[in-house]
Amino acid sequence: MKPEAPARESNGRAASFPRLRVGLQTDRSDAWMRRATLAATVVAAAGVLLILAFLAAAVTPLLVSGEFFPLLGKPWRPFDEPGRYGIGPMVAGSLLLAALAMLLAFPASVGICCFAHGVAPRPLARVALAVVHWMTAVPTVIYGFVAVFLLVPLVRGALAAGTGFSVLSAALTLAVLIVPTVTLLIHVRLEQLGPDAALTCRALGMSPAQTLRHVLLVQARPGLVAGAVLGFCRAVGDTLVALMVAGNAAQLPTSPAGSVRTLAAHIALVVATDWQSPAFRSIAAAAALLFVLTAVLTAAVRRLQRPPTPRGCHAQGG
Amino acid sequence: MRKAADRLLTVFAWTCGLGIVAVAAGIVVFLCLRGAHTLGPRLLFDDVPWWQAVSGQRPVFGGLWPAVVGTLCLTLGAAAVAIPLGVAAGVYLAEYGGRWTRSFSALVDLLAAVPSVVMGLFGFGLILFLRKTLLPEANTCLLLSIFCLALLVLPYPIRTTETALRALSPEMRLLGPSLGLSQWQSLWRIHLPAASRGILSGVILAVGRAAEDTAVILLTGVVANAGVPGGLTAHFEALPFTIYYLAAEHRTGDELDRAFGAAIVLLALTAALFVLATWIERGLHRRWRPQP
Repeated sequence: MKPEAPARESNGRAASFPRLRVGLQTDRSDAWMRRATLAATVVAAAGVLLILAFLAAAVTPLLVSGEFFPLLGKPWRPFDEPGRYGIGPMVAGSLLLAALAMLLAFPASVGICCFAHGVAPRPLARVALAVVHWMTAVPTVIYGFVAVFLLVPLVRGALAAGTGFSVLSAALTLAVLIVPTVTLLIHVRLEQLGPDAALTCRALGMSPAQTLRHVLLVQARPGLVAGAVLGFCRAVGDTLVALMVAGNAAQLPTSPAGSVRTLAAHIALVVATDWQSPAFRSIAAAAALLFVLTAVLTAAVRRLQRPPTPRGCHAQGG
Repeated sequence: MRKAADRLLTVFAWTCGLGIVAVAAGIVVFLCLRGAHTLGPRLLFDDVPWWQAVSGQRPVFGGLWPAVVGTLCLTLGAAAVAIPLGVAAGVYLAEYGGRWTRSFSALVDLLAAVPSVVMGLFGFGLILFLRKTLLPEANTCLLLSIFCLALLVLPYPIRTTETALRALSPEMRLLGPSLGLSQWQSLWRIHLPAASRGILSGVILAVGRAAEDTAVILLTGVVANAGVPGGLTAHFEALPFTIYYLAAEHRTGDELDRAFGAAIVLLALTAALFVLATWIERGLHRRWRPQP
């Protein structure tokens, strides 16, 4: 990088202020500042590439030997038959739990957004939004902890079967965990629409419920899609809730009271001490699958609509 | 029929809106009811006098002190790595940029999509790799956890710095050149101070996330009874892990009480960070709102 480079560069910012860029004075400290920040960016990028390299290195042998895809369907029986390190039940368990949680959380989030955008009086709406904002900052382990001691006994009593550490408990807890994420994504979209649409409907004599049903929710469709997809990502990527509440049996549940293990919980539970061991390869496959799933879904949403992401809307779980 | 649908929507919205507030209140009330009586010096230090515990003369076995110190080390360590790196990278993406800006941006998006358990496994795999190659003695430790946590929270400072700098008004951008400042001078004297509140709220979000994350440290060196960490290469305890561990493995009522105490402490800590971040953000909006 030569010191005079900034004056010649063309990027997004320079394009919007072309004359500004030309008129800038540059001196030696500019060049150093540029180099220093570039170095920081390169270090950060190197970190990401290191993660990608790790996942690739862990999965490549499986892909080359053709074991990867069969592994995704096989059951996990490390003790009965040597070499049976399939993650089939975990793949199904992850998708099942996340889908159930989404099924519960999505309508609830839409309901909360309706509540905050017209149905409720303004002070109440503000309280609800503040609470939802705060809930994004509550540690995942707290949700899991409260579920273990509050929800699980209730579920045990209600189902009158099993220990209460079940699909149902985990789905309910996960739903509470992702409701704030989904709600805020829809809320941001609704806010972007501005007051114009709502005021027009008001002038036409529509009730708040009519406005929401026929105008606002229709226009906020990109927000609904983003909320659904990113909420699903968050549910799939979450470790602690499933680990604490779902029971973790490595099999497919037969009833809501049954126990289930997710991919993320599986990674946390299986301790492998050798890089080359089949157990490590199996959890590496689980990690790669998890990463590819969340990365592809997140990228798809970004590409489709470039939604503004409010805080807490991460495809990560604690 | 239409009327019914509208009424249904109204009822449903009220149920959901009040329901979520009730759930949040339920969580706080439940924790306080079960755990409030544990709060006090005993929760932190058990029977050890606090000055002896803090100065490290006597180890604390029955209290949260080691976990609190562990979480503090993790959070400060991760912040010390991620914040300078993230802010600098954000400055580069927003102010300088070049051919690679888009690729960098895509990589940051990718990083934000990494689930934390995958990050933990990455740390674990890194240690296995180091043991095979350069350092046969390497083990999971505080340093590894700090490294992985820093990587996990890195997207926050990068994105908030970039957004805050891009949001500056054109007048603000012209101010420096009009005064004859160099690019570096206007960045340092005008842009960064003007964007500082946005950057700061991102920094606090990153700190909160580093303090609460459990899956990463679960795989990179946290243990139940490590005591106060002896150094960067030692095992350590942490608050979220203590809560997780005691919820599953408590043997006595005392241990369960400690878990509830730990949950309240962690919740209070993250809530305080949240309030701070919100407050700073609010101030930002008030300060840089265009004057009527």
